[in-house]
Order: sequence, then C-alpha cells, then structure tokens
Amino acid sequence: MYSEKVMDHFTNPRNVGEIEDASAVGTVGNAKCGDIMRIYFDIDENQVIQEVKFKTFGCGAAVATSSMATELVKGKTIYEAMQVTNKAVMEALDGLPPVKVHCSLLAEEAIHAALWDYCQKNGITIDGLEKPKSDIHEDEEDEEEY
Amino acid sequence: MDKKFIYLDHAATTAARPEVVEAMLPYFTEQFGNPSSVYGFAAGNKKVITDVREMIAKSLNGNTQDIYFTAGGTESDNWALKAAAEAYGAKGNHIITTKIEHHAILHTCEYLEKKGFEITYVDVDEYGVVKLDQLKAAIRPETILISVMFANNEIGSIQPIAEIGAIAKEHGIIFHTDAVQAYGQVPIDVQAMNIDMLSASGHKLNGPKGIGFLYIKKGLKLRSLIHGGAQERKRRAGTENVTGIVGLGKAIEIAMATMEERTAKEVKMRNYLIDRILSEIPYARLNGHRTNRLPNNVNISFQFIEGESLLIMLDMKGICASSGSACTSGSLDPSHVLLAIGLPHEIAHGSLRLTLGDENTMEEMDYVVEELKAIVQRLRDMSPLYEDFVKKNR
Repeated sequence: MYSEKVMDHFTNPRNVGEIEDASAVGTVGNAKCGDIMRIYFDIDENQVIQEVKFKTFGCGAAVATSSMATELVKGKTIYEAMQVTNKAVMEALDGLPPVKVHCSLLAEEAIHAALWDYCQKNGITIDGLEKPKSDIHEDEEDEEEY
Repeated sequence: MDKKFIYLDHAATTAARPEVVEAMLPYFTEQFGNPSSVYGFAAGNKKVITDVREMIAKSLNGNTQDIYFTAGGTESDNWALKAAAEAYGAKGNHIITTKIEHHAILHTCEYLEKKGFEITYVDVDEYGVVKLDQLKAAIRPETILISVMFANNEIGSIQPIAEIGAIAKEHGIIFHTDAVQAYGQVPIDVQAMNIDMLSASGHKLNGPKGIGFLYIKKGLKLRSLIHGGAQERKRRAGTENVTGIVGLGKAIEIAMATMEERTAKEVKMRNYLIDRILSEIPYARLNGHRTNRLPNNVNISFQFIEGESLLIMLDMKGICASSGSACTSGSLDPSHVLLAIGLPHEIAHGSLRLTLGDENTMEEMDYVVEELKAIVQRLRDMSPLYEDFVKKNR
C-alpha cells in the first residue's frame, strides 16, 4: 500500500520530539478525524529554521508526511519554508495512496501553522500565509481519561 | 517464534484446514461432474451435496430442505433482506435492524430505503448488545422483518437471539440473523430460537472462500436472487459449487465436533490476553463485554494513538491484526460499531481487534503483549495528544 520511502519515514521518523521554548509551534488536524500534527521550529536571528521537531497522532502516512516535511524545511529560511507544498512532500515520499493525500495537506498546513505562530510572535508577515484553518493550538480538546 | 507470522485476524478470514483441502481436491478433477447430469459419476455429486446439506441442517436443528448454498455471507444477507422485502412488501414496508450490523446488512438496508422501505436502526448498550425495549417499541403493524446479527464481528458481543426470536414470533414478523461470526463458535438452534433465516459463511470457520449458505425456514415465500436452472429448489440457480460445498461440509463437520474443546481453549487465551493488556498497558479499555463475547474476540482501544500505525508496527513484528480506525475503513469516520457503543471518535481511532484461532498458543499471546507494550509506548511518545495529556497531569 505504501512506497518504500513512506515506510522508511514511518518506521524511522526523522526529527520526532519536541523543542522546549521553541521559536514557533503549530498544531493542526483534529482527533475526531484521526490526524493531529504538531511541528516545533527553532528559528535563528537570520530567520533560518535551525531545528525542527514534530509529533503526530495518525496513520502511517500522517507520520511519514510529518517526518518528510520536517526534513524539507530544516535549514531553510521562513520564506523558503513557505514554499514547501504538500506536492513536494508527496513527491519526496514517492507518492501516497489517493486516500492519504489529505495527510500531505495536513503536513503543509502544520508548517504554515508554525510559521504563522512565528510571524504572530515577531510581527512579521509572509506573503500568502494565512491563519491555518484547523489550528487547534488555542483551543485544545479535553481528552477523556478512563 | 519459529512461525513466519502470528495470525490474529480470524474474524477476517481463516486458513482452510488441510482436511478441508484434501476433501475438496477430487472434486476439481476426477469427480468434476455436474450434479444435474444423468450419468452415474456426475449424479454421485448430487448425493454429496445432499449429505452436506443434511449435516448443516443438523448443526442448526433445522430441516435439510431449508439450507440453500450461496457464495458466502454477503450474498446470504443480501438475499434474505431483498427477497423478504420483495415478498412481503405488500404487507408492510418497515424493517428493524441494529446500528452494529455488518455492511452487508447496513448497505442492503440503505438500498431498500431508496426503494421505499423504512428502516429502524436500534441502538446497542455500552457493551454492544441490542436494546430489547427499543427493539420492541420499534415494532409497527407494517413491520415485516427483523434482522439482528448473532454476534458482532468487531467487538464480539453476542446478541439475545432467542429473546428477539420470541418477540418476532409473537408479532408474526420474519426474523433473520447474520450468524457469519457466530456459526461454529456458539451453539445455534433455529427452532428453539425462532430463527426464520440465518446467514453463514465457509471461510470464517476454516472452510474455503466463496461458499456459504442461507437457512430459509419452510413456508417463507422468498423468491430467487439468481435466476436460471433448477438448482437449490430453483431459488439459487447456477451449477453448484461442488468443491466449495464439499470443503464447507468438511469444515463444518470439524467445527461442530471440536466446538467445545476449541472454544474453551480460545476463551482461555482470550481472557489471558485481555487481562495482561489491561493490567500492563495504561489508558487502554476493553470494547465489548468481558464475558458475553465471542470466544476468540479481543477488542481494545489505546488512548492517544491511531489504529493504522499500530497495525503497521505489529505487522513488522509479524503480528496480523485489524483495527476500527478510519484509515482502515477508507472513510474519515472510525468504526460504526465503536461509535454505537458510545466511544468518542479519538478513542475509536485507536482500537485494535485481535481474533484468535485454535492454532494460536499462549506463547504467542505473551509475545504479542510484549510487542504491543513497546509499540503503544513508541506511538505515544510520538503523539501530541499524549504530550498534552502528560503535561496536563504533571
């Protein structure tokens, strides 16, 4: 069902984890649909993404696209990161099954959410960057506990 | 582990037993004759089919002539519902079923809704057992059919079939049960339980795929779904699947003879697996009832993680399982069964179904628990939901 690249990024995901006191954090998706991605950026004074980490709740494709997205933005400026599209993520993974294309969209959205967070904090605007629709960072859902 | 993989998906399908394959083989070659032919060697196949039919009838305490071979559970379900709707549509246009039926029933009901039938989907309780008071209250003068599965395929909940049969009989309503998961696992008596129609499938009980049957009680005026020759008392035309019927017969013979011993072993492994998982993995819950469930069914939700990821990681450890997550269903919604027992979406996404067979061992159960512990932790370490939960409870 998945390409070798997807399986590789699922089984050995790059940049899993969190960054304490990160420059920016973006969380998108919702638990109801079964996909949540959170991306952390450490951005230096030259607006270069020095460090990136992610955490994902979701299927194999969701984990793989998050992992690939972090690889693609690492070392880039925030403006270059803005150009990383879901298509680029998919191509880098040698494709996704049609029902999993939304995972790559979510990965793109996660990058945008983290960039948005950075822009908000630093009073910057990036052309074409809008507040992510499914950003759940501000109203996290209460999880039920048994 | 010396085996290639540990198969824990017996509710999906099972391997045909060697005895089953052996019994089938001659009917592909030297005994290839068409049972409808006159000459001796072919006509012998007619008797073979009758013998299997007789044995199936005996296993259900029904009459031989009431067993009709089909291509499997889905065809049986389609036939039962569509034919009953057609035959009794003049009497009424209302059908009662439940929210936890297999798609073979649910999607057939949707089709019938488009044809003008009204369907009531009765709720189940937190353990996945149909609410009898609701079912009774749903009965109207125009109700012609009640269809309730014998046992659920996802969470294994066994339904109060005898009670439903009695209710249906009291109101003069036809009662159909989809027994695809239950047949061969629990005793079934169509007379004592007042079952008018029953669907079953071969490949769930170590028989071949592509063969099953529908029990239709004598007197029901159901028409054929497949028109053609005179096979199956003209109700299901087409040259009989002789190899399939022979294989099905052998599988049922073994399943019935070993039921007590086999299911006792499965129950022991099932309970052991449930106990270990629930006591050793935090934030896990059992879906379905602790004891009122199929002998071989385990269904557990792990909070903060998603089912497909879990399945892929188990697969890499050689463990075959299934899940009720959206990603395995091809839609955005997780299993309708898990939602029907009241699970929130995010918990339903993290469900795991393990269905055992008699070739499984306790040693395998231990291996599965150990691997599962590591995999669940690994996925939680990757999960933003778990991160938030840990921070909140720090």
